[in-house]
Amino acid sequence: MEQRIGVFVCHCGINIASIVRISDVVKAIGDYPGVIHAEEYKYMCSEPGQSMIQKRIKEKKLNGVIVAACSPTLHELTFRNVAVRSGLNPYRCEMANIREHCSWVHHDKDMATAKAIRIIRSLVEKVKLNEELEPLAVSITKRALIIGGGISGIQAALDIANAGYEVILVEKSPSIGGHMAQLSETFPTLDCSQCILTPKMVEVAQNRNIKLYTYAEVDNISGFVGNFKVNIRLKASYVDWDKCVGCGLCIEKCPTKVSSEFEENLSKRKAIYVPFPQAVPNKPVIDREHCRYFATGKCRVCEKVCELKAIDFEEEDKVIEEDVGAIVVATGYQLYDIQKIGEYGAGKYKDVITGLQFERLLSASGPTGGEVKRPSDGKVPKRVSFISCVGSRDPELHKSYCSKVCCMYLAKQAMLYQHRVPKGKATVFYIDIRSDGKNYEEFVQRAQEEEKINFIRGKVSKVYEDNGELVLHAVDTLSGEPLEVRTDLVVLGIAMTPASDIDKLTKILKIQSDKDGFLTEAHPKLRPVESLTPGIFIAGCAHFPKDIPDTVAQSSASASKVMEMFGHKELSHDPMVAWVDEDLCSGCGICISLCPYDSRVLEIKEGKRIATVNEILCEGCGSCIAACPSGASQQRNLQDNQLLKMTDAVLSE
Amino acid sequence: MDNIIDKISDISGENIYACYQCGKCSAGCPSVEQMDILPNQVIRLIQIGRVELALKSNAIWVCASCFMCSVRCPRGIDLSKIMEALREIHLREDIDHIDIKDVRRENVYELPQIALVANFRKQTG
Repeated sequence: MEQRIGVFVCHCGINIASIVRISDVVKAIGDYPGVIHAEEYKYMCSEPGQSMIQKRIKEKKLNGVIVAACSPTLHELTFRNVAVRSGLNPYRCEMANIREHCSWVHHDKDMATAKAIRIIRSLVEKVKLNEELEPLAVSITKRALIIGGGISGIQAALDIANAGYEVILVEKSPSIGGHMAQLSETFPTLDCSQCILTPKMVEVAQNRNIKLYTYAEVDNISGFVGNFKVNIRLKASYVDWDKCVGCGLCIEKCPTKVSSEFEENLSKRKAIYVPFPQAVPNKPVIDREHCRYFATGKCRVCEKVCELKAIDFEEEDKVIEEDVGAIVVATGYQLYDIQKIGEYGAGKYKDVITGLQFERLLSASGPTGGEVKRPSDGKVPKRVSFISCVGSRDPELHKSYCSKVCCMYLAKQAMLYQHRVPKGKATVFYIDIRSDGKNYEEFVQRAQEEEKINFIRGKVSKVYEDNGELVLHAVDTLSGEPLEVRTDLVVLGIAMTPASDIDKLTKILKIQSDKDGFLTEAHPKLRPVESLTPGIFIAGCAHFPKDIPDTVAQSSASASKVMEMFGHKELSHDPMVAWVDEDLCSGCGICISLCPYDSRVLEIKEGKRIATVNEILCEGCGSCIAACPSGASQQRNLQDNQLLKMTDAVLSE
Repeated sequence: MDNIIDKISDISGENIYACYQCGKCSAGCPSVEQMDILPNQVIRLIQIGRVELALKSNAIWVCASCFMCSVRCPRGIDLSKIMEALREIHLREDIDHIDIKDVRRENVYELPQIALVANFRKQTG
């Protein structure tokens, strides 16, 4: 093929032109073999600049284009689209970076100019050998998997389902609803959490586009964006939910009582149970670990009382497979282990409790019917102390981050306590108050001004029991007064951490998490709901502690990303991927262990082991190519011979 | 070293600016009742550049280096080392708070030798 390459050198205003002598570059490169046209312009990315390139491609019948300007990260797509509009294959267009790699990092004009010429020369050599490529088409299964059925997963599921796509919602506990179902009233409006949540739970159950798997876990995921295969383990509930009508007789007659997870261990549930009365689905499961029959081989009372014969002790876990095109991870949070806060006697003293436990004490459907009674003796506490930043903002001993919601919920809980016990005395110990949401600061001010709640700036050092009272050692850092505060109940605003099984899930999904286990977004500002793995999105507290409005917003954002993907007929994939010269491949398999995307697979072809490439999975990272001992693995448009020619062009005089 | 804050950091090995004034050190300090200012205020005075006020306080001499503050500090600051650094700065001024001539003979016989040595180490420059 006759090479008819055009080089377009950009000034980038003064960004390049103040250091690199553009006219010298144009002159030098115009004489380089294969280059039949060279030209400069002040802003190549501007509309006139793009039109100029477009015009020249047609006029000069160019079959290769190099734009010497900024980084390809910024404008490669811009100029490849120019090529397409001019009838040139976009992969015959390359950018030579003479800004970040040259003018921005040098001062000497002569040397910078010489370097710019060398950079462009090497790209000319590359384009000479560039193949005409077409993007790879990938089909999409237009169904989404949502992992986690808290408010985050519920919101994402409803949004996607209401847009007309199928959704599979997997929740590990027997009911959807998550932590939000446990809350009493929500800040800053004080509307009842269950009242706003349960209609959404019912909507999930009734939506025809949503397939709900509760008491289920994701076991394994294979495949890639648009084409995931998911193995879902349906845990044995020992109750046939198709037969069961949720009459509750089995629960009433069950003789075994165990601590209720939903009530945060403040009350008991039976071994066969529905987590809470508004559960969706409202069907019981048998807790195998505590069931008397499973422990001793005797009982089966539930089976005897069930007229519908719904109890099935022989049931086993089932693993089913579902095809999905996109995944939203919304696995939420759990509280940091209270036992680790030794100086507050948490776990030792019954009346030192977590914020979630206090939510249950405030909740009208909670173990005390909404009356605040302390766990030790059931008395109404006359004085309650709330401590913020417990385990949070403590890089030395616990978690370094701010858990974001504690300031607000402690202010709310103090306020609700004051409403329930008007003569009671609520004290909040804080270090800083973070009330950065709509109407949040006004809410905290209301707690101080109208409810007269005492806010003390200082961290409690120690809590101990004395004569049936709890004693707090603190200091008011504003007045400098040491304080010894006697109280009846201590509520800890304890740190939030990712759900306990997040590590297992990140391995299955091949997505990344940070040092604390929170899922990593693709870009902290511009791509906040995408993971680094295409087709997997993140929402809610699995990403970082956040309140309900933020969680809902992020979940809707994830849903819209999924819908954006599903709006296409098919996905296109960059064709600059690895390929293998089957004559050279010895089937050693080094590439397979190195590939971070599982795109290299060993196959037997005519009796010979060949490490083939799944082009759709390949992200073109080049690890396998660098490692291949026989040179059989190559990357399209970055072949070994291209790289050698490019190196020669850079080094030769 | 010209900057006294750098000097305190250098002697103590602690980062004064890591403190976010939560007050947990003062809340747990067993000697706080005897102190004229709180342990967290000692750090605060250094942070705002009023080191002379911290040096004048009795708090730095009352501190018994029991390390309660150090084990509980969420920012990992060993406050007892900062207290020690402030005492060191006093002592490095080469001021003798006691003269060997002034020690009475009967005291020399009555006091344990170790107490005398400790006293001279602490009170002389």
